[in-house]
Amino acid sequence: MIWNSSSDFFAMGGYGLYVWGSYGVTAALMFLEPWMTARRHRRARQDALHAETEAA
Amino acid sequence: MALSIRLFTFAAPSRFYWLSGLLAPWLWAAAVVLSVIGLYIGFFVAPTDATQGDAYRIIFIHVPAAWMSMVLYLVMAGWAGVGWAFKARLASMVARAIAPTGAMFTFIALWTGAFWGKPTWGAWWVWDARLTSELILLFLYLGYIALVEAIDDVRRADNAGALLALVGAVNVPIIYFSVKWWNTLHQGASISMTSAPTMAKTMLLAMLLMTFAFWAYAFAVVFVRTRAIILEREQHAEWVAKLLNRGAHA
Repeated sequence: MIWNSSSDFFAMGGYGLYVWGSYGVTAALMFLEPWMTARRHRRARQDALHAETEAA
Repeated sequence: MALSIRLFTFAAPSRFYWLSGLLAPWLWAAAVVLSVIGLYIGFFVAPTDATQGDAYRIIFIHVPAAWMSMVLYLVMAGWAGVGWAFKARLASMVARAIAPTGAMFTFIALWTGAFWGKPTWGAWWVWDARLTSELILLFLYLGYIALVEAIDDVRRADNAGALLALVGAVNVPIIYFSVKWWNTLHQGASISMTSAPTMAKTMLLAMLLMTFAFWAYAFAVVFVRTRAIILEREQHAEWVAKLLNRGAHA
C-alpha cells in the first residue's frame, strides 16, 4: 500500500493542493456538463411537444 | 446500392436520434466504470514518482484531457466541413455539439497544467509554445461557439463556423509538435516516468484507462447534445411529432 493513512492520502506527499485542485475542478466540470446537456435535451423535448400541441 | 443506403441510414437525424439514445446509457456507464478503475490504479497501485513525488498523479487527467482537446477539435472541424461541403445537416449539428465539450477539455488541460506547473516549474503559467498554442485552441473553440450562435440563419451560421473551424485546424499539429519544434519547459510524458518498467506500466495503464473513460464521456455528452440540437431544429418535423406522441402515450 502506498498510503499509510487517509490524511497521508489527502496530503499527496505535500502536493495535495495541486493534485486535488486539478481533480476537483475536473470532476466538477465533468458533472456539470452532462447535467446541463441533459437539461437542454429535456427542454428541447418540452418545446417540441409544446410546438406540436399548438399546431394541432 | 444496398450497402450505400445502409451507410447513410444514420445520416438522417431521425435515425441518429434513435441510435444515439440507445447508446448513450452504455457510454455513460463505460465512462464511470473506466474512471473508477483508472483512478483506483492511478492513486492506489501506481507508485509515487521518483523525481516528481505525488504531483505527477495529475497526469492521469491532464494528458487524456489534452488529447481529447485536440482530437475533438479535428473531429469538430471534419464534421463542420462535411456539413458545409455536402449540405449534410446532421454533420453540422454534430460539429456544434462537439464544441462545448472540446472547449471544456481544453480548459481542463490548461487548468490541470497550471496546477502541475506550479510545483514542478515554479510557475502557474509560462508563455511557452505548447501552453500558448493550447490557449489558442481554447479561443478557437470559444470563437466557433460565439460565431455560430451570433448568426441567426442556421445554415449560414454552420457554414461560417465550418470555415473558422477548418482554418483553425492548422493549430492542432502546432500544439502536437510544439515540444519538438521549440525549446520548451513542457516535458514529454514518458521522460518524467520512473525508470523501473513495472512502475511505468501501472502509470501508463491508469492513463490509458482514463483516456478511454474520457472518450466514452465525450461520445455520451456529444450524443445527448446532438439529440437536443436535433429536437431544437426539427421540432416541426413529422418524425418528431410521432416520437413525442409515442412517448406521451407510453
